[in-house]
Amino acid sequence: MTPFTTVTGVAVPFGQANVDTDVIIPARFLKTIQRAGLGRGAFATIREDPANIFDTPRNIGAPILIAGDNFGCGSSREHAPWALADMGFRVVIAPSFADIFAGNAYKNGMLLVVLPQAQVDRLLVAAADAEVTVDLDHQVVTTEYQDRFEFAVDPFRKDALLKGQDEIGLTLTMAPAVAAFEARLAAERPWVSGAARRA
Amino acid sequence: MTGPRTLYAKIWDDHVVATQPDGTALIWIDRHLIHEVTSPQAFEGLRLAGRRVHRPDLTLAVPDHNVPTTRRPAPIADPDSALQVLTLERNCAEFGIEHIAIDAPEQGIVHIVGPEQGFTLPGTTLVCGDSHTATHGALGALAFGIGTSEVEHVFATQTLLLRRSAAMEVRVTGALGFSIGAKDVALAVIGALGTGGGTGHVIEYTGDVIAALSIEGRMTVCNMAIEAGARAGLVAPDARTFDYLRGRPRAPAGAEWDAAVAYWSTLPSDPGATYDRTVTIDGGAIAPQVTWGTSPEDVVAITGRVPSPDSFADKDKRAAAVKSLDYMDLTPGTALADVVVENVFIGSCTNGRIEDLRAAAAVARGRRVAAGIRQALVVPGSGLVRAQAEAEGLDRVFVEAGFDWREPGCSMCLGMNPDKVPAGERCASTSNRNFVGRQGPGARTHLLSPAMAAAAAVTGRLTDVRELMG
Ligand code: SF4
Repeated sequence: MTPFTTVTGVAVPFGQANVDTDVIIPARFLKTIQRAGLGRGAFATIREDPANIFDTPRNIGAPILIAGDNFGCGSSREHAPWALADMGFRVVIAPSFADIFAGNAYKNGMLLVVLPQAQVDRLLVAAADAEVTVDLDHQVVTTEYQDRFEFAVDPFRKDALLKGQDEIGLTLTMAPAVAAFEARLAAERPWVSGAARRA
Repeated sequence: MTGPRTLYAKIWDDHVVATQPDGTALIWIDRHLIHEVTSPQAFEGLRLAGRRVHRPDLTLAVPDHNVPTTRRPAPIADPDSALQVLTLERNCAEFGIEHIAIDAPEQGIVHIVGPEQGFTLPGTTLVCGDSHTATHGALGALAFGIGTSEVEHVFATQTLLLRRSAAMEVRVTGALGFSIGAKDVALAVIGALGTGGGTGHVIEYTGDVIAALSIEGRMTVCNMAIEAGARAGLVAPDARTFDYLRGRPRAPAGAEWDAAVAYWSTLPSDPGATYDRTVTIDGGAIAPQVTWGTSPEDVVAITGRVPSPDSFADKDKRAAAVKSLDYMDLTPGTALADVVVENVFIGSCTNGRIEDLRAAAAVARGRRVAAGIRQALVVPGSGLVRAQAEAEGLDRVFVEAGFDWREPGCSMCLGMNPDKVPAGERCASTSNRNFVGRQGPGARTHLLSPAMAAAAAVTGRLTDVRELMG
């Protein structure tokens, strides 16, 4: 995973609330066995309109997306963050995110910034003609108009993003604790093991 | 000593491997179900990192999302679908995972197969790369959907890094009325909570209505916990749960069974255990439910009317309602019972179990699918459900009434296979999502119960099933 530090660039002022994962990437694009290339299908329904916000020359390849409340609701499909990442987004800013989407986004090295609606509304205006900077280390979003909005971030996720750390590798360093748990499980709840092959 | 604990707290506590200083816990996963759509990239990740599956004995695979539902076995015509199904089979062979093949008698929707096989057990942690994994909570398993990175994490470590959710109690009191089923409860709960109402919570369903539901009905209710934004849905295991599981192929047997039942009996929430939030719903007041919009919370009683966007206080909700009504081609004030449908879908992990097919067949028996209906699909949730239904003669009831009797799979729930609702047409559907384009681009979905779907099929419009069955 690429370490995340500071991102500066165009922020797409999308702003729509309750955008679900079917809107982010419709089911017909899920028949893939790879992660790359999903950007083509991202927001497909919205992008049927040639004048859509995502395909204006200024916004193509923008690193920041400004969304509305409850972004990413709906399914657990990780194709949603893959599609966003494949479009070039590394940060999404919104008043709130759906739980599962948020987890998936972080695991793919994407930063989600939660700001109050009023600040998001302000960014939606500012982003129309100004670049936006997201500084993860200092946990602040700034614009060329001198806006300065601080945000909170889970310290564990922040650390992983800054280091570009793979979560699986980190968990594998805890193998002794896992082995101890497995020994206890085998003794206390033996029926849990071997289930898949029991039939 | 700890004080009184909830069911959720007990399962959580029994699965903590380690806790980080910031409160993130490493949680052991007892059960991992996989299917063809969300696993290939996880296997790809393992391969690239040179890792293996840590506990294949706790992992079960079955293809479901894009299998055809017309006669099988046959090569899958769609090359992408064929490749996903084949890739699952190959990956399972390479990593030593038990795989229920597309032509096996037990094949079906992963959330129907897990309980049916006795793979899902009370007090276990169960995950699957699919958002409707909460279904398994009906058996008292802490079950939730995960993304592909997490699928890979579970493969490699049999654990997940999680933060504990808040606990919510949804208490459904009283007794359900005539012809009212679990699906009506599920939709009424979402109507009451809203799609964001359960965010950050694990819901435990309690109350007389839940206790009286069959395990199948509890699965329908838990299946839709995610549509209220909850991480998972749970029902405490009871005698009905044990009766359901006894003798199933992958459930424990003999002395292990007795030990398991003894443990499972300790799991229900202790008297005096506190929830972060409790919502009470009068089960006796629930009428047959049907959705009018493009979110599961856009739900009303079949006796109701399409609401006006002005009736919503919240401005985002108002804007969403305007868009929904436009997409659904509905006018405020229209009686739901006047809405004409062209398609009917009975199936999915919400309502593809034997009890659902019985409820639909009871309405279809001796009636005919209306002339205006172009597709009326009945898709059993698994091969075993299909076989059971055929043993009971339900297939004949459906076929004689003019329904299309299909092979098991997800089918028209999400239209990844050839079963789609044509653009601009309506579907009375027993699935769980009425999102824009969910059943096919431009498709208009009305969510309802199996009995209500069958009623719509025989009248050609959304219909109060109580009028037919009264
Ligand atoms: S039936 Fe529908 S909701 Fe259930 S697993 Fe299949 S696609 Fe998902």
